[in-house]
Amino acid sequence: MCIFQDCSCLGHRCTGQENWVDSRTVYIGHKVPPPGAEAYIPQRYPDNRIVSSKYTFWNFVPKNLFEQFRRIANFYFLIIFLVQLIIDTPTSPITSGLPLFFVITVTAIKQGYEDWLRHKADNAINRCPVHVVQDGKVVCKQSRKLQVGDVVLVKEDETFPCDLILLSTSRDDGTCFVTTASLDGESSHKTYYAVQDTKAFNTEKEVDTLQATIECEQPQPDLYKFVGRISIYLDRDEPIARPLGSENLLLRGATLKNTAHIYAVAIYTGMETKMALNYQSKSQKRSAVEKSMNAYLIVYLCILISKALINTVLKYVWQADPDRDEPWYNQKTETERQRHLIRAFTDFLAFMVLFNYIIPVSMYVTVEMQKFLGSYFISWDDEMFDEELGEGALVNTSDLNEELGQVEYVFTDKTGTLTENNMEFIECCVDGHVYVPHAICNGQIMPGAASMDMIDSSPGIEGKEREELFFRAVCLCHTVQVKEEETVDGIKRGLHQGRTSSIYISSSPDEVALVEGMKRLGFTYLRLKDNHMEILNREDKMERFELLEVLNFDSVRRRMSVIVRSSSGELYLFCKGADSSIFPRIVSGKVARVQEHVEHNAVEGLRTLCVAYKKLSGEDYEEVCHHLSSARLALHDRDKKLAEAYDLIERDFILLGATAVEDRLQDKAADTIESLHKAGMKVWVLTGDKMETAAATCYASKLFRRSTQILELTTKRAEEQSLHDALFELSKTVLRQQGSMSRDTFSGLSGEFQDYGLIIDGATLSAVLKPAQEGGGGNYRDIFLEICRSCSAVLCCRMAPLQKAQIVKLIKASKEHPITLAIGDGANDVSMILEAHVGIGIMGKEGRQAARNSDYAVPKFKHLKKMLLVHGHYYYIRISELVQYFFYKNVCFIFPQFLYQFFCGFSQQPLYDTAYLTLYNISFTSLPILLYSLIEQHINADILKREPSLYRDIAKNSLLQWPVFIYWTFLGVFDAMVFFFGAFFLFDNTTFTSNGQMFGNWTFGTLVFTVLVFTVTLKLALDTHYWTWINHFVIWGSLLFYVIFSLLWGGIIWPFLNYQRMYYVFMQMLASGPAWLGIALLLVVSLLPDVLKKVLCRALWPTTTERMQTKRQCLTAEQSTIFMLSQTSSSISL
Amino acid sequence: MMASSYNAKEEDGHHSGSVGPGGPGTGKSKKPDNTAFKQQRLPAWQPILTAGTVLPAFFAIGLIFIPIGIGLFVTSNNIREFELDYTGVEMSSPCFNCSQTYSWNNSCRCSVPFTLEQPFESNVFMYYGLSNFYQNHRRYVKSRDDSQLNGDKRFLTNPSKECEPYRMNDKMPIAPCGAIANSLFNDTLELYYVYPNGTKTAIHLVKTDIAWWTDKHVKFRNPAGNNDNLTITFQETTNPINWHKPVYELDPTEPDNNGFINEDFIVWMRTAALPTFRKLHRIIQKKDSLTPTLPPGNYTLDIAYNYPVRSFDGRKRMILSTISWMGGKNPFLGIAYITVGSVCFFLGVVLLVIHHKYGNRSSNAEIPN
Repeated sequence: MCIFQDCSCLGHRCTGQENWVDSRTVYIGHKVPPPGAEAYIPQRYPDNRIVSSKYTFWNFVPKNLFEQFRRIANFYFLIIFLVQLIIDTPTSPITSGLPLFFVITVTAIKQGYEDWLRHKADNAINRCPVHVVQDGKVVCKQSRKLQVGDVVLVKEDETFPCDLILLSTSRDDGTCFVTTASLDGESSHKTYYAVQDTKAFNTEKEVDTLQATIECEQPQPDLYKFVGRISIYLDRDEPIARPLGSENLLLRGATLKNTAHIYAVAIYTGMETKMALNYQSKSQKRSAVEKSMNAYLIVYLCILISKALINTVLKYVWQADPDRDEPWYNQKTETERQRHLIRAFTDFLAFMVLFNYIIPVSMYVTVEMQKFLGSYFISWDDEMFDEELGEGALVNTSDLNEELGQVEYVFTDKTGTLTENNMEFIECCVDGHVYVPHAICNGQIMPGAASMDMIDSSPGIEGKEREELFFRAVCLCHTVQVKEEETVDGIKRGLHQGRTSSIYISSSPDEVALVEGMKRLGFTYLRLKDNHMEILNREDKMERFELLEVLNFDSVRRRMSVIVRSSSGELYLFCKGADSSIFPRIVSGKVARVQEHVEHNAVEGLRTLCVAYKKLSGEDYEEVCHHLSSARLALHDRDKKLAEAYDLIERDFILLGATAVEDRLQDKAADTIESLHKAGMKVWVLTGDKMETAAATCYASKLFRRSTQILELTTKRAEEQSLHDALFELSKTVLRQQGSMSRDTFSGLSGEFQDYGLIIDGATLSAVLKPAQEGGGGNYRDIFLEICRSCSAVLCCRMAPLQKAQIVKLIKASKEHPITLAIGDGANDVSMILEAHVGIGIMGKEGRQAARNSDYAVPKFKHLKKMLLVHGHYYYIRISELVQYFFYKNVCFIFPQFLYQFFCGFSQQPLYDTAYLTLYNISFTSLPILLYSLIEQHINADILKREPSLYRDIAKNSLLQWPVFIYWTFLGVFDAMVFFFGAFFLFDNTTFTSNGQMFGNWTFGTLVFTVLVFTVTLKLALDTHYWTWINHFVIWGSLLFYVIFSLLWGGIIWPFLNYQRMYYVFMQMLASGPAWLGIALLLVVSLLPDVLKKVLCRALWPTTTERMQTKRQCLTAEQSTIFMLSQTSSSISL
Repeated sequence: MMASSYNAKEEDGHHSGSVGPGGPGTGKSKKPDNTAFKQQRLPAWQPILTAGTVLPAFFAIGLIFIPIGIGLFVTSNNIREFELDYTGVEMSSPCFNCSQTYSWNNSCRCSVPFTLEQPFESNVFMYYGLSNFYQNHRRYVKSRDDSQLNGDKRFLTNPSKECEPYRMNDKMPIAPCGAIANSLFNDTLELYYVYPNGTKTAIHLVKTDIAWWTDKHVKFRNPAGNNDNLTITFQETTNPINWHKPVYELDPTEPDNNGFINEDFIVWMRTAALPTFRKLHRIIQKKDSLTPTLPPGNYTLDIAYNYPVRSFDGRKRMILSTISWMGGKNPFLGIAYITVGSVCFFLGVVLLVIHHKYGNRSSNAEIPN
């Protein structure tokens, strides 16, 4: 809890950087700055203690109880319990107290245990030793005692104890390598830099002499954002100010790699570290089932209150006659006579208590258990295990299992989700000449692949130069690291050629592919050494370029640049990026030819990048440096200023050429999409890629078929017509088709009508979604939605991450409130994953951020098929039956009590004994439904996979619609009437024993209860389609348990109980023949309507599922005969 | 290491959090076990309720239930039952005078003549019946102390609070306490056979075996001590307000039938389920196999009319009934069995038709994609 509170208050303080007032000043090594520089204000920061535990030993009981009773359901039961304690109620407080106590205790124990584990983990972390530099010596300290301003020594493979600013490293260039695998799952090594002015301080002694202060923002949860400034007081009075960015910030949880040791200063400690701030709870997603459950609860609450009200009113009507109210044989006590006014109210409460079991505590427990235990089946699933990754599906939240069976819209990312994100360099084009490295064989690189094929005629001398410049550009313009020998998880490519075996590592697989492609074309990138990039050219000569600046890639600019100085002293700026972001900045070069080529490649589904360069003069470079450093030094709006600076720098390019990289479709992606389509889901592809590439992928993955009529809504088109006209024209086309569709398609038979596919791009989308300005414009959104709804597939290209979330939100908020699912693998998909009803992450190559933020994570896109069609379907069937059944069985349970009030003078006399009231939901009828809701399979998993159309049968929450709910409720009422009036007529003023002795009211209740327990259990047995031995064990076992319990409960005089009302009641009942006959009769009568309904519906209006079930039965019969035949034939042949 | 410490997060009591064995940081192979349970492939019987499969069940139920129902109905019809309302509501009724006094224990006597048209064979059971008497009223049902009735000395002198307002009388604990005991039915019923010549013979009424054996011997017990002398045992207690004799003198003729184990008392203490009820009062045992226990003819019921019911519009009845293996006369079970059996049979026929008409269609239909 602490974390979240902290976070929320911090969030308040730190919203937006404009609130820069809120900064902190850190004095490195707690040293007072030289006088006159600044006022030394010692600030207080929390120590480095991590508190993930919620409770302490002392506050566990009150705090845990408080939190548990904040849940509405628990609170409701607490109120019932208190009412029972306070007023004179028909049932003892034990009946509701015991289940509540049980639930509360189990939860408390579970939470206490988890908290104890957290305490243990906290202690382990808080106590682990940390090396701190104090007075020129290294001192070992416990991690929790670390304070802001301490200078920390971290050795290789150690984890950073808090958020640190790097001061110096054992490497000369002041860099260190860090893996953030435990933070965001990216196992690639990232380089962090020490500030140039401090990198020399690399011994304890030297560090201790450093006098500097750091100003930085207060802690913020964004892992990748940090702004600060370090002021170093050297000998001079005037401090040197240097900017600090995220490349200087070492985050807690990351691990130091390939660097002997570093010195760094702590700036955020304990609960203020970025990691601690990031472990906040995601907003709770609630499933549709949960919503219907809550709606039913309200209905039942109304039923409960109205029942109590009716009975209270009738009671007072009935009691109007004083001889009924207080006959001579049944006098009231004095106190009962007195309190007239509140009497009516307590009567009402007493009725509430009597009927409160209609909303059972156990339902919540069972639903929770079902979700918790049920989700294990997903992570256990063998078919969703990926050998290559060594991982299976991951369940991050079990609350949404059933939502997987309700998905109507699937939003998928393209790169890494539909495609492998396993890039392969295909070709490049320099000024229109195409180069294709040969000898590519299943992704393996053949040795000696230094030659190349030139498709076009050989270029001239000038062309040759340009060509080499292009290759150098691609070789230099990247952020690839070279890792020697060792193997690392994640992005890796072996280079088994030549002297060194090294691996290229990058956060972007495109870059690796490009650098490797260049290698095959003859230019090998060797390493970055002393700020010099070394490449091996075709003549195996080493070329060195000094790396001056890297203008990192970001998804807004969609390009990156490097500025290098060649050995001859010339300054170059190389830039590569998406065509749309490069072409507008080109001043010369063969734009038309390259563009043509780029488009051609894009249509083939290749990812293209354009490469451009410009030469910089010395002055130009000075200016660039100036722009960059001023932007980087800014504390305020640094990102905006940087973007502006980049914009200034990256212009006036000369186009060199383009590259094409192929991203292969994932295994079975097309099959999966086809299945999802058949299952009635609409699949939208949201990608940042360009239209042509994305469309090609869509065709390849069968999202668009050849027959699909494509509607385009892109910038190009919007230029020709106004957006308004375009939208209206499209909607007209679509609506015309819809009109004809509504006539003949009702059963979801596809293929008969024209299906549409829509392509829209980011720019147009934002125009469509723009809020209405001056009238008229506002309804674009609705028209757009209208069009989208009638398209079976939609492709949104050129999308920014936030736009992805916007789309999801738009669909979520549309009229039908469809259930949406977003699937993606990269950090840019996180927003949509969080936005959609169900977010699925793919454990992809672009780190694990998506998987971490998702509700479920799967290794591959193809696993979505089983996840939705099989698991989702099962979970939905299971939980809907669970919910309906629970309400049903409690109607059966409570309605007889209600009826009984009419025959006992509305005196709140319970029909059943206390033990039965208490145990009905806890033990007699709890296990069968729990087991059902865990392992029921109404139809085989293979069939579900083979026939995706079965998914349509459960679409739109069909098993929890009001008609179904009303059917169950009426079935419950009917059964309750059968039990009650059956027993009533059996008891009616006669005896049914052979010795003439009479039975009393408890026998009456026990008879009703016995029929009740058997009926509801058998009803579930009738609903079970999958009888494993566990089902047999649990169903017959719980019936047997009921009988044994009843025999025991009535079998002895219980000491310490002040009533013996059940003594021998059950045995006496069983001793009478008519009771058996009556039970059998009532069972048959109460189960008959449901069986009849099932059989008739199946015969007359079968659903697809039911047809499949019937068909399967025939098939298995056939198969078994075939099997037997083959057996005999094989035995003959032997 | 760090991540795992945050793994088990929990939001206000929701059992969420990361689930599954594949949490981050486990280095071992995460390949799930390939067991039938984990892969949801346990061998299972997969029955489906179709018209074809339930048909036999319907016919079977029909064929079994109808004979049972006929049997029950015939048995029920063979039971002789005679009911006599002696409340005395009408002016003409012999008990009219007695019923006019609303007070308790006025020791009014009346006798009601009646005629049995048919002989009652074998044992005849005599019941008294009350109507509109809410023995199942909550305040009434709980107004007893089972511990006291079980002979627990502590509760003898200090009865349970539940007995209020029938707990103490003049600072003396009431034994047996509570409203149920207090309102013990105390009419005395005597049955006479009137010979055609006008002479009356009393019919011997047996008052044992009318309560459950377990009640008589286990659940109800007199407080132990001072062997057999119940007077001393109960000396610190007083009798219920409406009683005019103490609990140890309930049956003056049979010393073993006194105190809490008096069978009439035990029968009364088993509260009835419905406001109209009957309780077993006496048994008229079969004399020999030749003569009926109660031959047809004229009888007189002599009543010591003590129990007032007019105040709450109640009725008192005396019932004579023979008993079969299925108890007293109750045509309900037989009729219900016949009805359900026929309905099932009829439904079976309907399903047969449906099965033939639609069964083949639905199983062979093409599955649309």
